[in-house]
Amino acid sequence: MLPKGTIAPEFELYSTPDQQLKLSELKNRKVILAFYPADWSPVCDDQMNLYNEMGKYFARHNAQIIGISVDSKWSHLAFTDANKFHFPLLSDFEPKGEVARLYGVYNDKTGECQRALYVIDEEGIIQWSYLSPVGMNPGADGILNALEELDNVKAINQ
Amino acid sequence: MTQLTIPVNSNDNSYGNAESNIVLVEYGDYECPYCGKAYPQVKQIKEQLGKYIRIVFRNFPLTKIHPNAFAAAVATEAAAIQGKFWDMHNIIFENQKTLSDDFLVELAGRIDLDVKRFKEDIKKVALIDKVEKDFESGLRSGVNRTPSFFINGEKFEGEWKDDQLIQYLKRILAENMVQG
Repeated sequence: MLPKGTIAPEFELYSTPDQQLKLSELKNRKVILAFYPADWSPVCDDQMNLYNEMGKYFARHNAQIIGISVDSKWSHLAFTDANKFHFPLLSDFEPKGEVARLYGVYNDKTGECQRALYVIDEEGIIQWSYLSPVGMNPGADGILNALEELDNVKAINQ
Repeated sequence: MTQLTIPVNSNDNSYGNAESNIVLVEYGDYECPYCGKAYPQVKQIKEQLGKYIRIVFRNFPLTKIHPNAFAAAVATEAAAIQGKFWDMHNIIFENQKTLSDDFLVELAGRIDLDVKRFKEDIKKVALIDKVEKDFESGLRSGVNRTPSFFINGEKFEGEWKDDQLIQYLKRILAENMVQG
Protein backbone atom coordinates (compact mmCIF):
# COMPACT_ATOMS: atom_id res chain seq x y z
CA MET A 1 0.00 0.00 0.00
CA LEU A 2 1.08 3.60 -0.45
CA PRO A 3 2.78 5.04 2.63
CA LYS A 4 1.61 7.98 4.70
CA GLY A 5 2.71 11.30 3.23
CA THR A 6 2.31 10.17 -0.40
CA ILE A 7 0.29 12.35 -2.73
CA ALA A 8 -2.87 10.36 -3.42
CA PRO A 9 -2.77 9.36 -7.11
CA GLU A 10 -5.38 11.13 -9.19
CA PHE A 11 -8.13 9.06 -10.85
CA GLU A 12 -11.41 9.51 -12.62
CA LEU A 13 -14.00 6.75 -12.43
CA TYR A 14 -17.70 6.31 -13.06
CA SER A 15 -19.83 7.00 -9.99
CA THR A 16 -23.14 6.57 -11.84
CA PRO A 17 -23.89 5.30 -15.37
CA ASP A 18 -23.40 8.78 -16.82
CA GLN A 19 -21.19 10.64 -14.31
CA GLN A 20 -17.53 10.42 -13.50
CA LEU A 21 -15.85 11.54 -10.33
CA LYS A 22 -12.30 12.86 -10.10
CA LEU A 23 -10.44 12.62 -6.84
CA SER A 24 -9.22 16.22 -7.28
CA GLU A 25 -12.86 17.42 -7.28
CA LEU A 26 -12.87 16.56 -3.59
CA LYS A 27 -9.93 18.77 -2.62
CA ASN A 28 -10.57 20.81 0.51
CA ARG A 29 -12.36 17.81 1.96
CA LYS A 30 -10.98 14.70 3.53
CA VAL A 31 -11.62 11.58 1.52
CA ILE A 32 -11.99 8.03 2.76
CA LEU A 33 -11.32 5.50 0.01
CA ALA A 34 -12.80 2.12 0.82
CA PHE A 35 -11.59 -0.49 -1.67
CA TYR A 36 -13.65 -3.66 -1.41
CA PRO A 37 -13.75 -6.97 -3.31
CA ALA A 38 -17.25 -7.13 -4.76
CA ASP A 39 -20.79 -5.82 -4.72
CA TRP A 40 -23.26 -8.32 -3.19
CA SER A 41 -20.61 -10.36 -1.41
CA PRO A 42 -21.32 -11.17 2.25
CA VAL A 43 -18.86 -8.97 4.13
CA CYS A 44 -18.98 -6.05 1.69
CA ASP A 45 -22.63 -5.26 2.22
CA ASP A 46 -22.13 -5.21 6.02
CA GLN A 47 -19.21 -2.87 5.58
CA MET A 48 -20.97 -0.51 3.17
CA ASN A 49 -24.18 -0.54 5.22
CA LEU A 50 -22.15 0.55 8.22
CA TYR A 51 -20.56 3.44 6.32
CA ASN A 52 -23.99 4.37 5.00
CA GLU A 53 -25.09 5.06 8.58
CA MET A 54 -22.15 7.31 9.23
CA GLY A 55 -22.87 10.34 7.07
CA LYS A 56 -23.09 12.71 10.00
CA TYR A 57 -19.95 11.36 11.66
CA PHE A 58 -17.95 11.83 8.46
CA ALA A 59 -19.50 15.27 7.91
CA ARG A 60 -18.28 16.33 11.37
CA HIS A 61 -14.76 15.83 10.07
CA ASN A 62 -15.42 17.36 6.64
CA ALA A 63 -14.90 13.93 5.10
CA GLN A 64 -16.46 12.11 2.17
CA ILE A 65 -16.51 8.32 1.95
CA ILE A 66 -16.15 6.60 -1.41
CA GLY A 67 -16.38 2.89 -2.14
CA ILE A 68 -14.33 1.40 -5.00
CA SER A 69 -14.53 -2.05 -6.56
CA VAL A 70 -14.01 -3.56 -10.00
CA ASP A 71 -17.74 -4.06 -10.49
CA SER A 72 -19.44 -2.33 -13.40
CA LYS A 73 -21.38 0.90 -12.95
CA TRP A 74 -24.59 -1.07 -13.54
CA SER A 75 -23.82 -3.45 -10.72
CA HIS A 76 -23.02 -0.47 -8.48
CA LEU A 77 -26.34 1.12 -9.44
CA ALA A 78 -28.30 -1.99 -8.45
CA PHE A 79 -26.23 -2.49 -5.27
CA THR A 80 -26.78 1.16 -4.32
CA ASP A 81 -30.53 0.98 -4.96
CA ALA A 82 -30.93 -2.27 -3.03
CA ASN A 83 -29.16 -0.86 0.04
CA LYS A 84 -30.13 2.80 -0.30
CA PHE A 85 -26.51 3.93 -0.17
CA HIS A 86 -25.99 7.67 0.22
CA PHE A 87 -22.38 7.79 -0.91
CA PRO A 88 -20.72 7.04 -4.27
CA LEU A 89 -19.45 3.65 -5.36
CA LEU A 90 -16.83 3.98 -8.08
CA SER A 91 -16.33 1.48 -10.82
CA ASP A 92 -12.68 0.50 -11.35
CA PHE A 93 -13.80 -1.49 -14.36
CA GLU A 94 -11.86 -0.47 -17.47
CA PRO A 95 -8.96 -0.96 -17.53
CA LYS A 96 -9.91 -3.36 -14.79
CA GLY A 97 -8.46 -2.56 -11.40
CA GLU A 98 -6.22 0.22 -12.70
CA VAL A 99 -6.88 2.51 -9.73
CA ALA A 100 -6.58 -0.35 -7.24
CA ARG A 101 -3.16 -1.12 -8.75
CA LEU A 102 -2.13 2.54 -8.41
CA TYR A 103 -2.97 2.31 -4.73
CA GLY A 104 -1.32 -1.09 -4.34
CA VAL A 105 -4.48 -2.94 -3.39
CA TYR A 106 -5.27 -5.09 -6.43
CA ASN A 107 -5.40 -8.83 -5.91
CA ASP A 108 -4.13 -10.50 -9.09
CA LYS A 109 -5.24 -13.95 -8.01
CA THR A 110 -8.90 -13.09 -7.50
CA GLY A 111 -9.10 -10.18 -9.94
CA GLU A 112 -10.69 -8.05 -7.24
CA CYS A 113 -9.66 -5.19 -5.00
CA GLN A 114 -8.36 -6.05 -1.58
CA ARG A 115 -10.31 -4.80 1.40
CA ALA A 116 -8.35 -1.65 2.10
CA LEU A 117 -8.92 1.81 3.50
CA TYR A 118 -7.17 5.11 2.86
CA VAL A 119 -7.77 8.44 4.55
CA ILE A 120 -6.65 11.40 2.44
CA ASP A 121 -6.43 14.91 3.87
CA GLU A 122 -7.74 18.19 2.42
CA GLU A 123 -4.52 18.71 0.48
CA GLY A 124 -4.73 15.32 -1.19
CA ILE A 125 -2.05 13.65 0.93
CA ILE A 126 -2.48 10.10 2.21
CA GLN A 127 -2.56 10.24 6.00
CA TRP A 128 -3.72 6.79 7.05
CA SER A 129 -4.25 3.39 5.54
CA TYR A 130 -5.37 -0.05 6.58
CA LEU A 131 -5.39 -3.41 4.85
CA SER A 132 -8.02 -5.71 6.27
CA PRO A 133 -8.08 -9.50 5.97
CA VAL A 134 -10.43 -10.06 3.05
CA GLY A 135 -13.11 -11.84 5.08
CA MET A 136 -13.06 -9.26 7.87
CA ASN A 137 -15.10 -6.08 7.92
CA PRO A 138 -12.70 -3.44 9.24
CA GLY A 139 -15.50 -1.45 10.88
CA ALA A 140 -15.17 2.28 11.35
CA ASP A 141 -13.10 2.80 14.50
CA GLY A 142 -9.81 3.11 12.60
CA ILE A 143 -11.25 5.65 10.18
CA LEU A 144 -12.80 7.73 12.97
CA ASN A 145 -9.58 7.72 14.97
CA ALA A 146 -7.61 8.83 11.90
CA LEU A 147 -10.07 11.65 11.08
CA GLU A 148 -10.08 12.81 14.68
CA GLU A 149 -6.30 12.85 14.83
CA LEU A 150 -6.07 14.94 11.66
CA ASP A 151 -8.49 17.47 13.11
CA ASN A 152 -6.61 17.53 16.42
CA VAL A 153 -3.30 18.15 14.67
CA LYS A 154 -4.90 20.93 12.68
CA ALA A 155 -6.33 22.52 15.82
CA ILE A 156 -2.88 22.50 17.46
CA ASN A 157 -1.20 24.04 14.42
CA GLN A 158 -3.69 26.85 14.13
CA MET B 1 -7.76 -6.58 19.64
CA THR B 2 -10.79 -4.31 19.51
CA GLN B 3 -11.80 -2.91 22.85
CA LEU B 4 -15.00 -1.48 24.24
CA THR B 5 -14.31 2.27 24.40
CA ILE B 6 -17.03 3.08 26.92
CA PRO B 7 -17.00 0.64 29.83
CA VAL B 8 -20.25 -0.77 31.11
CA ASN B 9 -21.84 1.79 33.42
CA SER B 10 -25.04 2.68 35.21
CA ASN B 11 -26.66 4.08 32.04
CA ASP B 12 -26.57 0.64 30.48
CA ASN B 13 -29.49 -1.73 30.43
CA SER B 14 -28.14 -4.62 32.34
CA TYR B 15 -29.29 -8.07 33.47
CA GLY B 16 -27.92 -10.64 35.85
CA ASN B 17 -25.17 -10.42 38.41
CA ALA B 18 -24.10 -6.78 38.58
CA GLU B 19 -21.12 -7.72 40.77
CA SER B 20 -19.75 -10.28 38.35
CA ASN B 21 -16.32 -9.87 36.81
CA ILE B 22 -17.65 -11.48 33.64
CA VAL B 23 -19.60 -9.02 31.52
CA LEU B 24 -21.17 -9.74 28.15
CA VAL B 25 -22.13 -6.74 26.02
CA GLU B 26 -24.24 -7.13 22.90
CA TYR B 27 -24.54 -4.40 20.27
CA GLY B 28 -27.73 -5.14 18.41
CA ASP B 29 -30.40 -3.88 16.04
CA TYR B 30 -34.03 -4.85 16.68
CA GLU B 31 -34.82 -5.25 13.00
CA CYS B 32 -31.69 -7.18 12.09
CA PRO B 33 -32.46 -10.81 11.24
CA TYR B 34 -29.13 -12.02 12.67
CA CYS B 35 -29.91 -10.33 15.98
CA GLY B 36 -33.28 -12.06 15.80
CA LYS B 37 -31.47 -15.38 15.46
CA ALA B 38 -29.09 -14.52 18.29
CA TYR B 39 -31.98 -13.49 20.55
CA PRO B 40 -32.87 -17.02 21.80
CA GLN B 41 -29.17 -17.69 22.33
CA VAL B 42 -28.73 -14.59 24.49
CA LYS B 43 -31.99 -15.34 26.29
CA GLN B 44 -30.64 -18.75 27.16
CA ILE B 45 -27.44 -17.13 28.44
CA LYS B 46 -29.52 -14.83 30.65
CA GLU B 47 -31.54 -17.72 32.00
CA GLN B 48 -28.68 -20.13 32.56
CA LEU B 49 -25.84 -17.79 33.49
CA GLY B 50 -27.58 -14.65 34.75
CA LYS B 51 -26.82 -15.67 38.32
CA TYR B 52 -23.10 -15.55 37.59
CA ILE B 53 -22.51 -13.01 34.83
CA ARG B 54 -23.72 -9.58 33.81
CA ILE B 55 -25.41 -9.10 30.42
CA VAL B 56 -25.73 -5.68 28.77
CA PHE B 57 -27.53 -4.70 25.58
CA ARG B 58 -26.53 -1.59 23.62
CA ASN B 59 -28.28 -0.23 20.56
CA PHE B 60 -26.72 -0.30 17.14
CA PRO B 61 -29.60 0.43 14.74
CA LEU B 62 -28.75 0.49 11.02
CA THR B 63 -31.52 2.87 10.10
CA LYS B 64 -31.04 2.97 6.34
CA ILE B 65 -31.70 -0.72 5.89
CA HIS B 66 -33.90 -1.16 8.98
CA PRO B 67 -36.33 1.75 9.08
CA ASN B 68 -38.03 0.71 12.34
CA ALA B 69 -34.88 -0.17 14.25
CA PHE B 70 -34.29 3.25 15.77
CA ALA B 71 -37.88 3.66 16.97
CA ALA B 72 -37.74 0.17 18.45
CA ALA B 73 -34.55 1.06 20.33
CA VAL B 74 -36.15 4.22 21.71
CA ALA B 75 -39.21 2.17 22.71
CA THR B 76 -37.03 -0.13 24.84
CA GLU B 77 -35.45 2.90 26.51
CA ALA B 78 -38.93 4.26 27.24
CA ALA B 79 -39.85 0.89 28.74
CA ALA B 80 -36.67 1.08 30.82
CA ILE B 81 -38.02 4.22 32.49
CA GLN B 82 -40.90 2.07 33.71
CA GLY B 83 -38.52 -0.71 34.76
CA LYS B 84 -39.44 -3.00 31.87
CA PHE B 85 -36.51 -2.75 29.48
CA TRP B 86 -36.04 -6.49 29.07
CA ASP B 87 -39.77 -7.19 28.68
CA MET B 88 -39.89 -4.71 25.81
CA HIS B 89 -36.59 -5.98 24.40
CA ASN B 90 -37.97 -9.53 24.36
CA ILE B 91 -41.34 -8.78 22.87
CA ILE B 92 -39.81 -6.63 20.14
CA PHE B 93 -37.39 -9.36 19.11
CA GLU B 94 -40.24 -11.86 19.16
CA ASN B 95 -42.13 -9.62 16.70
CA GLN B 96 -39.21 -8.10 14.80
CA LYS B 97 -40.64 -8.73 11.34
CA THR B 98 -43.76 -6.63 11.82
CA LEU B 99 -42.46 -3.53 13.61
CA SER B 100 -44.08 -0.13 13.09
CA ASP B 101 -44.68 2.91 15.29
CA ASP B 102 -48.27 1.86 16.05
CA PHE B 103 -47.28 -1.72 16.71
CA LEU B 104 -44.61 -0.60 19.20
CA VAL B 105 -47.34 1.17 21.16
CA GLU B 106 -49.44 -1.98 21.01
CA LEU B 107 -46.50 -4.01 22.33
CA ALA B 108 -46.07 -1.49 25.15
CA GLY B 109 -49.69 -2.22 26.10
CA ARG B 110 -49.14 -5.97 25.97
CA ILE B 111 -46.36 -5.79 28.55
CA ASP B 112 -48.55 -3.58 30.75
CA LEU B 113 -46.65 -0.35 30.42
CA ASP B 114 -48.42 2.88 31.22
CA VAL B 115 -49.07 3.54 27.54
CA LYS B 116 -49.85 7.23 27.93
CA ARG B 117 -46.52 7.79 29.61
CA PHE B 118 -44.75 5.55 27.09
CA LYS B 119 -46.09 7.65 24.22
CA GLU B 120 -44.74 10.80 25.86
CA ASP B 121 -41.39 9.28 26.74
CA ILE B 122 -40.59 8.02 23.23
CA LYS B 123 -40.53 11.65 22.07
CA LYS B 124 -37.90 12.63 24.62
CA VAL B 125 -34.63 13.92 23.25
CA ALA B 126 -32.76 12.25 26.10
CA LEU B 127 -33.83 8.82 24.90
CA ILE B 128 -32.96 9.57 21.30
CA ASP B 129 -29.56 10.78 22.51
CA LYS B 130 -29.07 7.61 24.50
CA VAL B 131 -29.63 5.45 21.40
CA GLU B 132 -27.30 7.63 19.33
CA LYS B 133 -24.62 7.50 22.03
CA ASP B 134 -24.88 3.72 22.09
CA PHE B 135 -24.42 3.68 18.32
CA GLU B 136 -21.42 5.98 18.47
CA SER B 137 -19.78 3.98 21.25
CA GLY B 138 -20.23 0.92 19.03
CA LEU B 139 -18.59 2.64 16.06
CA ARG B 140 -15.64 3.64 18.22
CA SER B 141 -15.34 0.15 19.63
CA GLY B 142 -15.10 -1.51 16.23
CA VAL B 143 -18.63 -2.88 15.94
CA ASN B 144 -18.70 -3.96 12.29
CA ARG B 145 -21.92 -5.97 12.14
CA THR B 146 -24.82 -6.87 14.33
CA PRO B 147 -24.91 -8.61 16.61
CA SER B 148 -21.41 -7.84 17.91
CA PHE B 149 -20.44 -9.13 21.32
CA PHE B 150 -17.81 -7.99 23.80
CA ILE B 151 -16.70 -10.09 26.74
CA ASN B 152 -14.98 -8.18 29.53
CA GLY B 153 -14.38 -5.30 27.15
CA GLU B 154 -12.80 -7.32 24.35
CA LYS B 155 -14.53 -7.99 21.07
CA PHE B 156 -15.63 -11.60 20.75
CA GLU B 157 -14.57 -12.67 17.27
CA GLY B 158 -15.89 -16.22 17.58
CA GLU B 159 -19.26 -17.53 16.48
CA TRP B 160 -22.40 -17.12 18.56
CA LYS B 161 -24.47 -19.63 16.62
CA ASP B 162 -25.39 -23.12 17.84
CA ASP B 163 -24.71 -22.41 21.50
CA GLN B 164 -21.08 -21.49 20.78
CA LEU B 165 -21.28 -18.25 22.75
CA ILE B 166 -22.86 -19.82 25.81
CA GLN B 167 -20.31 -22.66 25.71
CA TYR B 168 -17.51 -20.09 25.53
CA LEU B 169 -18.94 -18.18 28.50
CA LYS B 170 -19.32 -21.38 30.48
CA ARG B 171 -15.66 -22.18 29.89
CA ILE B 172 -14.61 -18.71 31.10
CA LEU B 173 -16.87 -19.10 34.10
CA ALA B 174 -15.39 -22.49 34.94
CA GLU B 175 -11.83 -21.15 34.69
CA ASN B 176 -12.83 -18.20 36.80
CA MET B 177 -14.28 -20.43 39.50
CA VAL B 178 -11.16 -22.60 39.60
CA GLN B 179 -8.98 -19.51 40.01
CA GLY B 180 -11.38 -17.74 42.31
